[in-house]
Amino acid sequence: MKHTASVVALALGLGWAGTAFAQDKAEVIHWWTSGGESAAVKVFADMYTKGGGTWVDTAIAGGANARTAAINRTVAGTPPTMMQFNTGKQFDELVENNLLNDVDAVAAEMKWKDKIPGPILAATTRNGKMFAVPVNIHGQNWLFFNTEVLKKLGAEEPKTFDDLLVVLEKAKAAGLIPLAFSGQKTWERGLFNTVMVGVGGPKLWMSVYGDKDPKALKSPEFKQVAETFAKLRNYVDAGAPGRNWNDATALVIQGKAAGQIMGDWAKGEFIAANQTAGKEYGCVVLSKAGGGYLMGGDVFAFPKTKDAAQQKQQIVLAKMLLDPATQVEFNKKKGSIPVRTDVDTSSMDICAQKGAKMAADPAQQAPAMELLTAPAVTGAVEDVISSYWNTPAQTVDQFADKFAAALKTL
Amino acid sequence: MLAIRPRLASRLAAWVALSPALAVLVVVYIGCTTWTIWISMTASRMLPSSNFVGLRQYEALFANERWTVSVSNLVIFGTMFMIASLALGFLLAVAIDQRVRAENLLRSIFLYPFSMSFVVTGLVWQWVLNPTFGIERIGKNLGFADFKFDWIVRQDMVIYCLVFAAVWHAAGLVMAIMLAGLRGIDEDIWKAARVDGLPTWRVYVSIVVPMMGASFATASVLMATSVVRLYDLSVAMTNGGPGIASEVPAKFVMDHLFERQNIGLATAAATSMLITVAAVVGPFLYWQSRRRAAAGAH
Repeated sequence: MKHTASVVALALGLGWAGTAFAQDKAEVIHWWTSGGESAAVKVFADMYTKGGGTWVDTAIAGGANARTAAINRTVAGTPPTMMQFNTGKQFDELVENNLLNDVDAVAAEMKWKDKIPGPILAATTRNGKMFAVPVNIHGQNWLFFNTEVLKKLGAEEPKTFDDLLVVLEKAKAAGLIPLAFSGQKTWERGLFNTVMVGVGGPKLWMSVYGDKDPKALKSPEFKQVAETFAKLRNYVDAGAPGRNWNDATALVIQGKAAGQIMGDWAKGEFIAANQTAGKEYGCVVLSKAGGGYLMGGDVFAFPKTKDAAQQKQQIVLAKMLLDPATQVEFNKKKGSIPVRTDVDTSSMDICAQKGAKMAADPAQQAPAMELLTAPAVTGAVEDVISSYWNTPAQTVDQFADKFAAALKTL
Repeated sequence: MLAIRPRLASRLAAWVALSPALAVLVVVYIGCTTWTIWISMTASRMLPSSNFVGLRQYEALFANERWTVSVSNLVIFGTMFMIASLALGFLLAVAIDQRVRAENLLRSIFLYPFSMSFVVTGLVWQWVLNPTFGIERIGKNLGFADFKFDWIVRQDMVIYCLVFAAVWHAAGLVMAIMLAGLRGIDEDIWKAARVDGLPTWRVYVSIVVPMMGASFATASVLMATSVVRLYDLSVAMTNGGPGIASEVPAKFVMDHLFERQNIGLATAAATSMLITVAAVVGPFLYWQSRRRAAAGAH
């Protein structure tokens, strides 16, 4: 009898072990394919593997391609274990159609809600429940400048856009490219948004993109934003249209241009060129009224599945993503800052430290555009901004009218 | 009675053999087209929804500046590209048809651009036309300080850069088709024309060109399809810029379908393209069938 029982137990045990082994597996769809990005995602993969799981990496180049693949599989009923989105509204319809598992229980257990900055938390929460795990914060409105060039021009580090215009004028007089610019729609929108929050302030920002208030577009503040943006046209070179953002960063690195307005992912280029933040290059968020650090980033969402083992893995993954040590390691490689405000960032570079300080300060926090507007609206606004930037004959009033129409996209 | 049976059987066999193709036609073409038209009348964003909104997507579409720019770009591009590539291709074919030496080599050189994809073509011309390191830079380095060639970054001229690259790409193919047509012209016609003392250009214009209707038709159809599906050249060369100056309809559809999660508007644009193509092709087919019927009546 004893024998039989132990044989059964052994068989059961082996069975358990067997299934557990086979099912401790997670397929992850993401679009982190460039050098620095894949090094960053490897931090997650290694941590998960260390915990005994098998990480199946499905990297698909191009955000839209990766999202389309993941969404198609989720709708078809064969979802991955977790999938990447940008922080914001990209996964709204998956929640509405009941295709995602929420992570509210884990969030409560791990007390995440006290540690994640308000705008980011709000962007992952639908109907009071957290539906995605944010993994990083990318600051979108940085000015990166070449310290050597600024010294040669006899200019101080600019604090506001008015300061910046003075520096740009000096650079132009010295025969340099004042502002390194990449004239593609996304970056034209990025530049405009930086001007909007830097000149118009966070209040204008929220009433335009948050409340979508047409009156805000007719305000003197918006007019000033549009005019400042238009002035910047005088400080970009003829080769700007169509240029890639990293080619623009290279101009700053080589000292051919004074500075570039870009998100903190540009740091990757400076690091690759062996430059150190605070030495060869500097970084600052231009702001007049105080406040307005535009925060975006990436999240992972967990598609609904009937497979209990997969559900278990989703929870294991969620906890791993927000583990403090993982957060610091991942974000060092990614160039972003940790999404938890309670982790120690003293080992990160000074730009990241500046960013982390702003991200932890509610007075400085501001949600990035895609946290407030659906992709369809973001795209429509992007077309309007791009058309304005490239058409000097367009008046501020015409621009404001088109802007209002784009915000009302069906 | 007996004679009918085999005919019935062979008919049945024909239908059975045809059924896979028929199924593909019905499901893939007609089915998907119908579905696209249906979705274009809903408020679908990322996922298809059945929230019917009538023609509001079409109102939004035609109020959208980017769409109207895309459509007018397609008209400019289509007209110029077809005329230029047909003319250039024909002239190249005539030149080669003069029994020049190294004909094979020249033919390969002229046809070579066609072996490249539009993406590569676009990228190469983007570099050549870029004002900071392309032709303009070469001109300045040669000592012409005022030399300017910045069409690719000018909103009013960028579409002609697209035409230029596309003609460079397609002219070789047109040449090959035209050359085949020229070689099909009976030698006796040339002899007769020479006896009559007609100048060569006159023979080409009045006799040869009218005889090459089939070659022109083939080349035109090929060029026309590449006009409608123009997408990759715009993406690789300018990505629609500067601003929205070189946007094209197919790019509008693709961007809204995926990146912008607005499949309602994307399908409305796709349907509009379908209607436009049908409006051009429909009367043409009708005219052809009338002509064929008239020819049969003789």
